[in-house]
Amino acid sequence: MTDNEKTFNSGILTGERPGAVLPPKELWESKKNGLVLIECPQRIPCNPCATSCPTGAVIPFEDINDTPRIDYSKCTGCALCVAKCPGLACFVADLTWGEKEALLKLPYEMLPLPAKGQTVACLNRCGEEVHRTQIVNVTQPWKDSTYVVSVAVPKELVSEVRAVKVV
Amino acid sequence: MRTTEILVIGGGPAGLSAAIEAATLGAQVTVVDSDLKLGGQLIKQTHKFFGSKDEYAGTRGYKIADILFEDLRKNADRIEILSDCTATGYYPEDGIVTCMIGEEKYFRMRPKKIVVATGAQERLIPFPGNDLPGVYGAGAVQTLMNVYGVTPGDRVLMVGAGNIGLIVSYQLLQAGVQVCGVVEFMPKVGGYWVHAAKIRRLGVPIYLQHTIVEALGERTVTGAIIENLAPDCTPGGKRTTIDCDIICMAVGLAPTCELLWQAGCAMKFIPQLCGHVALRDPFMRTSHPDIWIAGDAAGIEEASSAMVEGRIAGLGAAGACGYGTPEERKERFAHYSERLADLRAGEVGEKIRIGVSAASVQKWEE
Repeated sequence: MTDNEKTFNSGILTGERPGAVLPPKELWESKKNGLVLIECPQRIPCNPCATSCPTGAVIPFEDINDTPRIDYSKCTGCALCVAKCPGLACFVADLTWGEKEALLKLPYEMLPLPAKGQTVACLNRCGEEVHRTQIVNVTQPWKDSTYVVSVAVPKELVSEVRAVKVV
Repeated sequence: MRTTEILVIGGGPAGLSAAIEAATLGAQVTVVDSDLKLGGQLIKQTHKFFGSKDEYAGTRGYKIADILFEDLRKNADRIEILSDCTATGYYPEDGIVTCMIGEEKYFRMRPKKIVVATGAQERLIPFPGNDLPGVYGAGAVQTLMNVYGVTPGDRVLMVGAGNIGLIVSYQLLQAGVQVCGVVEFMPKVGGYWVHAAKIRRLGVPIYLQHTIVEALGERTVTGAIIENLAPDCTPGGKRTTIDCDIICMAVGLAPTCELLWQAGCAMKFIPQLCGHVALRDPFMRTSHPDIWIAGDAAGIEEASSAMVEGRIAGLGAAGACGYGTPEERKERFAHYSERLADLRAGEVGEKIRIGVSAASVQKWEE
């Protein structure tokens, strides 16, 4: 087993795989409100991302075990899937948000709940702090205690930051 | 001597579903549950369930328990519930079940039919110090935190990266407890990858190909020694000391089947179902003509399929008491069978399909 494989086997995404691909660069850079990034690279019987998507951007599953596939032209960056996914595997990244900064919409189920304007640490996929920033927005789309927190991060960290921690 | 038409032993997702199904067909049902509160493991499940809409995907486990409680209320005139009540024995010579409420009130019950939905027991692994206070099963940790609102300690080492180990680690983080690491014997996590990713991004290390070799401490746990295993699982690899005050074991479950042994049901050891289970026909009836099974007691699976199995067992037991028309029973059975097949389809259901097939008989000789 390679180190790369072992890292992946312990729950850290290493490169693109079916169920975990990045949006096409050009569309992503111009799409206002952002596009979804789903990191669900294992075939498991689960489909709420597709059934909760209001535009059909998460393509309806043929088999409930399918990994998610995305029609980016239909994605509005609404983040309903971010709050619905039981695996907390959906994220939205809006690259049009600022000149140097992108807006990341992340699922959040911890305490304390951060408030708009509060400073938080941004964590990468193995929990290391890679940045500090302020909370731009906090919503609770399904009123079910899974929140969506929006934070501004430097564009080069869009593929790294996957959680925030109140500091 | 109490009597009832259908005695359901166990008030978790399988037992409650069996009781609701039998009651909707018109049967009088008694549910006994050894816990103070009904709902089995569901009431401790704060995470959202996977699956499809029919099986409440995206709904938290304890909310699913609320849905079952509502269905119970709708059939309250036909369902009697005895909580804090343990079924302690079955006597095959006269079909009597002995029960105990609390630790004093003992009584006998003569049911016409029985659904055994007794769930599962946690496994432990042997190592020096595993009897120290501070070594918990994952179920106990969930009960403390999510039923009684008590955190078990400050720093936890989790043993086992199956779905239970991963989910309980996440719940511990939510409760503000530090998770020092998750130790996993296999070269990959056994639970869903996304559950592992959830705790990884919050800084929890997962030690693959590691096992716990010792719990440290004089009076209570003060640490643990873990060891790296070679790919062929031989011991002797690098040892690491973990500073923790709780060791939480999530190393598997085994069906609770003592009553079925007592009843003389035909039993078989089926590794894919995690232990000894009773053989069953398509209606979940055992070789004993008055006993049905459902849920983890019939083989370790998960709550969604336990609920559907409970429906089938309740339907079978009520049918045997003469409730429902043959057409109605046939229609309900076809619907539940299809849902069960859907839940077990695909790669992750393969092991279960093999196990269930090995435990199934098409028809019992009358």
